[in-house]
Amino acid sequence: MLTLKHLAKSYVAGKPVLTDINLEIAAQGVTAIIGPSGTGKSTLIRCINRLVEPSAGEILFDGEDLVKLSRAELRHARRHIGMVFQEYNLVERLTVMENLLSGRLGYVSSWRAWRRKFPPEDIRKAFELLDTVGLAGFAHRRADALSGGQRQRVGIARAVMQEPKLLLADEPTSSLDPKTSVEIMDLLAGVGRARNIPVLINMHDVELAKRFADRIVGMSGGRVIFDGPPANLSDDILKQIYGGEDWLQ
Amino acid sequence: MNSAAATAQDPFPRSVWPRVGGVLLAIYVVYACAQMEISWERVEVGLHNAAHFFSRLFPPNFSRWELLVKGLLESLQIAVLASTLGILLALPVGLAAARNLMPAWVTWPARIIIVMARSFHPVIVAILFVKAVGFGALAGILALTVASIGFIGKLFTEAIEEISEKQVEAVRATGAPFASVLWFGVLPQVFSRFIGFATYQLDSNLRNSTMVGIVGAGGVGGTLFAAFQRFDYDYVCAILISIIALIMVGELLAQAVRAIFIDNATLRDFVRRGGTASRERHLEDD
Repeated sequence: MLTLKHLAKSYVAGKPVLTDINLEIAAQGVTAIIGPSGTGKSTLIRCINRLVEPSAGEILFDGEDLVKLSRAELRHARRHIGMVFQEYNLVERLTVMENLLSGRLGYVSSWRAWRRKFPPEDIRKAFELLDTVGLAGFAHRRADALSGGQRQRVGIARAVMQEPKLLLADEPTSSLDPKTSVEIMDLLAGVGRARNIPVLINMHDVELAKRFADRIVGMSGGRVIFDGPPANLSDDILKQIYGGEDWLQ
Repeated sequence: MNSAAATAQDPFPRSVWPRVGGVLLAIYVVYACAQMEISWERVEVGLHNAAHFFSRLFPPNFSRWELLVKGLLESLQIAVLASTLGILLALPVGLAAARNLMPAWVTWPARIIIVMARSFHPVIVAILFVKAVGFGALAGILALTVASIGFIGKLFTEAIEEISEKQVEAVRATGAPFASVLWFGVLPQVFSRFIGFATYQLDSNLRNSTMVGIVGAGGVGGTLFAAFQRFDYDYVCAILISIIALIMVGELLAQAVRAIFIDNATLRDFVRRGGTASRERHLEDD
């Protein structure tokens, strides 16, 4: 489904953030990427849909190398990759419904988007999705009137509106309280299961990762140093990932 | 030793430069007064003249009200047309000048247009247009259109450059084409501020439209200037009172527009609040 080959990124020459990342993401299941702050988890996720341009390597998605795509081709590829952000990144002044429908912008002409003339099918789907994420009746609220958990639900619904073949999530729960975090993780994992698509999540809450992920990728210093099921994530490996051991008690 | 410690712990360290600057300014003010031969005798004579002039302003004389109304209506037309045209043109120019959205080869020409439009006072631009297209309202409309492009264009560009990149990034990540990113990611973030700039500009154009007439570019300014030259001071007073009334009406209209677009109020809310935009919402929006 998604294969990263020798992926590398440095924002400043000579100071690599990511070094030789090789990953194979299966057609379904939740993969959590854990690691200390500043180790390149966000950069890795953002390289996949090229919100950050990788410096070297290949990103094979559905057999296509995303790194080589032209701007127009990249746009088409991005339609199939949903993304959920740490700070939700909703357009604050638009309504919940407009935020959801912005997930369809890749499929609708700018002229129709300007006049808010979305296909009835999209609108029906948007209302259904609002129901699914537990926000029925919120369609006409402005995004800035919602709580953090509600915003992230809208963020997830927007990504799902794209009918993605892959769902990326960049620290989706880091701005949320523990209870809401679990609910949001539950929702993300549920969406992946229901649609049979892989979900790739960046997080630094190890317990949450163990609880929801089928596979955990541990990163440190811009490299993958662990890759396996949550059960194999021993304290020794956590020490390697995060360094030190005092925090483990 | 004690005093050294006290100095080191001075909670409000003062720089000497502001004081030096203040003294220099005071010296220059005295020098300039001397140069321009401003003396107490002159002020006394001037005050006497002023008292005479003000006594002749009253009572205002509205007998030639038809000419006055014609001039005011023309000023209003100049203001509304110039604002509409200026706002429509300022939108694309301001967007093109935003460095966070556009490449340098687009922003530079747009920035040059904005700088040129802002370089001269509307009266100077009005004189140029009077020479170019002749006396009358057209020159005034064009002059104020240029001023509007400069003012709104600059503020709009700054507003766009301050938007949250995160919201734009999210829309971009959906695979949206560039124009749709603008509609859904950029414009919603700046729309309310744009309405604010536009109403302020309408207000400002209304004031300036009463003035461009002095150089022959149409509106009530011409009537005012003629009255001054004929020493019809009571008529001058009538014109000034009418202009104040016009500006106040414009202010009310601008506030109503702002209340409706920025505060999401209805017209009835606005009237009920006694014609003031609610402050709390304003703070939250800015």
